[in-house]
Amino acid sequence: MSDVDALYQDIILDHNRRPRNHHPMEGEARQAAGRNPLCGDEVTVWLRLDGDRIAEASFVGRGCAISRAAASLMTTAVEGKTREEAEALFDRFHDVVTGKVPQTEARTLGTPIAVFSGVARFPIRVKCASLPWHAMRAALRAEVAPVTTDR
Amino acid sequence: MSARADFPLLAADESLHYLDSAATAQKPRVVLDAMTGYYETANANPHRGAYRISERSTAIYHDSRARIAAFFGIDDSARLVLTRGTTESINLVAGAWGRANVGAGDEIVITGMEHHANFIPWQQLAIERGARLRICELTADGRLDLDCLRGLLTARTRVVAFNHVSNALGTINPAREIASLVRERCDALIVCDGAQGAPHLAVDVDALGVDFYAFSGHKMCGPMGLGGLIGRRSLLEAMPPYQFGGDMIDLVDDELSTWNVLPHKFEAGTPNVAGAVGLSAACDYLEGIGMAEVRRHELALTSEAHARLSEIPGLTIFGPGPDERSGVISFTLADVHPHDLATILDGRGVCIRAGHHCAQPLMRRLGVVATARASFYIYNDAADLEALIAGIAESKELFGSRQPAYGR
Repeated sequence: MSDVDALYQDIILDHNRRPRNHHPMEGEARQAAGRNPLCGDEVTVWLRLDGDRIAEASFVGRGCAISRAAASLMTTAVEGKTREEAEALFDRFHDVVTGKVPQTEARTLGTPIAVFSGVARFPIRVKCASLPWHAMRAALRAEVAPVTTDR
Repeated sequence: MSARADFPLLAADESLHYLDSAATAQKPRVVLDAMTGYYETANANPHRGAYRISERSTAIYHDSRARIAAFFGIDDSARLVLTRGTTESINLVAGAWGRANVGAGDEIVITGMEHHANFIPWQQLAIERGARLRICELTADGRLDLDCLRGLLTARTRVVAFNHVSNALGTINPAREIASLVRERCDALIVCDGAQGAPHLAVDVDALGVDFYAFSGHKMCGPMGLGGLIGRRSLLEAMPPYQFGGDMIDLVDDELSTWNVLPHKFEAGTPNVAGAVGLSAACDYLEGIGMAEVRRHELALTSEAHARLSEIPGLTIFGPGPDERSGVISFTLADVHPHDLATILDGRGVCIRAGHHCAQPLMRRLGVVATARASFYIYNDAADLEALIAGIAESKELFGSRQPAYGR
């Protein structure tokens, strides 16, 4: 498989075309916006917490296929997770896209994370993939200021 | 024209299709050799050492400046200040001339198609001096709206700054017409950002009628880190220095200092002699081809690219027709984000730029976040265009509405 094919796996293409949980959230929800100054991509993530658990996650944004699919898959990954579990997923995702986890090991981390292992070969695209995860974590920690991937 | 063979990086890899010359041009062997030759035979700090290679270095620096100035039709080479590039050149004008001459209530006119390097220095100067920044808008086809410009020029206008050629649209602006328009209406300083003009057009700065012309060597086959600012002698002489340090002084007393003559007053610190040597060789190289031939080659390729890309459904080209643009084509593709397109093209050895092209105010005016930009230069040919078109077709296929094999 070429680097480009490994990057744009079918699951990513599908979530780009038909993003899941792609809507703003009404009512009691935390939200955080993220922006990538390099390319102008923007994403807003909403989380509805039920106690310590993420009951619901959604996003709205504009960006490339990688950032859109990462946002869509992120929402499916964190729903039902505790804060601690969601934070751990963030760390794992970050390690995968920055190439800190070998490809073989990345495959065991669950689809929403594993399909992004190809990103590590495209350093300039790491920010695209991690933007929605940064926004998710900011919403979780209830940071008020918009986040950027430069932090 | 088969210039490709002159460029080692391109000659080494036939499968590479470099379509990002608006960002930086590739370097011909003659430029690389000239710079290596300088370091191997004459490297010494100029203007300082009382020994032969320092004198040689000084003479080489002086000759390089004269050669580069001549490329722009300038005989008096002291009017050419060598800088790091266009960005530093414009900051020099805004910092030195602007701070001394722009005050509260004055107006600075720029355009909606400027690179950040010719936008932010003026915006910040306006904020600092309490002046007003006014922006000339564009026509629907991405040219400057000269009626809008006429309306902005008043007795309060102190500066008019515009690009010769837009980096993001490729639009060639009528610099001479704009300069006379300004002269008829007000007594403003005219600053032209020539970063995208100098590499592609024969430029006679005085014939354009502008006060300052800024350019970058690396976009015209020269090395990175060396560009210039050409100005009117009277203006440069009246301006205060922009940076302080070695080389730019006359006398330094404990309480006061006096300044060196032009152009050294604006060249504090050890100069980039090798860079000047490289750019001088690049000027020789470009004039060897002939700037008319450079333009002819780009126009032919850009016209073909414009026609072929226009046929692709879902593809939108920004900017005017090929006759009024340099070798730049900026476009968007329905359902494909420019960054994804750039990655797919990279997989085919095609290098394009995706993003806001350091022109966020322009992107807002176009109503887009980013565009894909292919830019052509002397070493590009039909094979590069074919590779671009094949990559666009592949991207459409990959990101289009076709359902993937995997379903949900």
